[in-house]
Amino acid sequence: MMRLALRELCGYRAGDKGDTADVALFADDDDVYALVVREVTAARVKAHFGSMVLGGVERYEAPNVRALNFVMRGALGGGGPRSLRADNLGKTLGGALVRLEIEVPDKLAARRRPRPDVAWADAILATLPRR
Amino acid sequence: MSIRLGGGQGFYGDTPRAVEGLLAEGVDYLCLEALAELTLAILQKDRARDESLGYTRDLPRYLAAAIPAVLDGSTKVITNAGGINPRGAAHAAVETARRLGVSGLKIATVLGDDLMSRLGSVRDETAGGLANMETGEPCDSLGTDPLFAAAYLGAFPIADALAQGADIVITGRVADAALFLGPLVHEHGWARDDWDRLAAGILVGHLLECSGQVAGGNFSGEWWTIPEPWKLPYPIAEVDADGAAVITKPAASGGRVDVDTVRHQLLYEVHDPAAYFAPDVVADFSSAHFEDLGGDRVRVSGVRGRPATGTYKALLAHHAGWAGETRVAFSWPDAPEKARATAAILAKRVEMAGLEVQEWCFEEWGVRALGGPTVPPLPEGVEPSECVMRVAWRCDDERTATAVGRELVPLALSAPPAGLTGMGRGMAGGVTELLGIWPTLVDKALVDPHVTITIEEV
Repeated sequence: MMRLALRELCGYRAGDKGDTADVALFADDDDVYALVVREVTAARVKAHFGSMVLGGVERYEAPNVRALNFVMRGALGGGGPRSLRADNLGKTLGGALVRLEIEVPDKLAARRRPRPDVAWADAILATLPRR
Repeated sequence: MSIRLGGGQGFYGDTPRAVEGLLAEGVDYLCLEALAELTLAILQKDRARDESLGYTRDLPRYLAAAIPAVLDGSTKVITNAGGINPRGAAHAAVETARRLGVSGLKIATVLGDDLMSRLGSVRDETAGGLANMETGEPCDSLGTDPLFAAAYLGAFPIADALAQGADIVITGRVADAALFLGPLVHEHGWARDDWDRLAAGILVGHLLECSGQVAGGNFSGEWWTIPEPWKLPYPIAEVDADGAAVITKPAASGGRVDVDTVRHQLLYEVHDPAAYFAPDVVADFSSAHFEDLGGDRVRVSGVRGRPATGTYKALLAHHAGWAGETRVAFSWPDAPEKARATAAILAKRVEMAGLEVQEWCFEEWGVRALGGPTVPPLPEGVEPSECVMRVAWRCDDERTATAVGRELVPLALSAPPAGLTGMGRGMAGGVTELLGIWPTLVDKALVDPHVTITIEEV
């Protein structure tokens, strides 16, 4: 067993409804889905977000797409049009979730999601007039 | 026969140039979803300045792009761009058609979502008393009087408008996904209690309502491999009479549609995927089956639905004070410490000036502005190369909020080194009004009798 951040195992997307943040976690395959169903509990996510989430956290399962959805109450500083936060819509909370480290069995310990290659972007930027 | 729906807009701020790509590909209905909770707040501020506003002001540009195809009968337009003033939006649509010199267009307006004119009686008569559906707080703790109050209507008024021959349907606060279900109900003749098909239509609408987000936008997989992401992928659904659908995109656009991009959108802002509450049905998204057909085509089928509830969701908004914000950048060494010290100096000066701040927000950009407590501390001896301190504040009145921002400027020569930088141009110190939003439920029986469809022929 070793510890691995969820970023190596899952995708994510987050959004808002009022002062509630919805953060979805997408497992890369069936083994990972079974693992995150077991490890990434609502209580663990609540503890991970600490003072960012004032209310409770509920977890829902969508096995058809190997995903979990976390509904986090009181998570947006009062809700989009009321919040003082720069990320008043909670769009970045998916990334914050996949920072969470969980215990993984040996057969998943070597999992790494590929890192970005944005050579195409650098090539575009290199063509622009700058000084 | 399948019906082709195009998702031409995902929010107020999306580009009307989406229309061209979808129409080139051919869609029977161009659905333009313009409203979010935040959008309604923006529209409220517009309407407060000018009573003729309160709809999304890019509507004429969308319509100008779509009207040629509407006139030749190849598409119809459905949009909730009416916001909190659908009549105003319809007026703008008629003006747009006249300006283009066209005739023979039927423009329908769906009214009845607005609860403001009878809010007191609605509150007294609806079972839940308009209590906050997130927190359970009763409506009398709402504080100041609401600035707007609107119910999320469903798909059937849109279907009715189409049945009456409408070419363009403009609504106020219709639920996002219902914009897409409306034409499916009309074309496929789905009954009000055909729960599985209504759920299938809501699922399709949900997948398309955020435009590019189903087709590689905001995709957390290998996002850097998405083809030509600058050619924004506005999605298309081909929906059969039994509710099965293929999600795809114009071949000429960038983006990608596969099961992974589609599942990212499936769970977006749905709370419980097994019970997605739409106005006309409770959809079970966890029952859907997805199949990758290749070539940017994903088939979705098997969605199940349950009977709709007796309530509509509604959204109220109330004034919640004034906010200002500023940013100051600090470079290495000791950037976060300098940033926090400057924030504290500002707060102290504001206090000395007698300015009352109800709430502060301090964010250390480059350190943990976005992740907060989820971000582990940096290892011993590792310093960020820079830190931007973003400070935001809320005050009861506009003058105080403005005055708080001015307390920062003198720190340019009297704060920790190397002086204020990174504030950017345009630091005019503008403040914004905050709106608190109040999601609630309202009995359908109090809303439905007020829903009307008017059709104006240009």
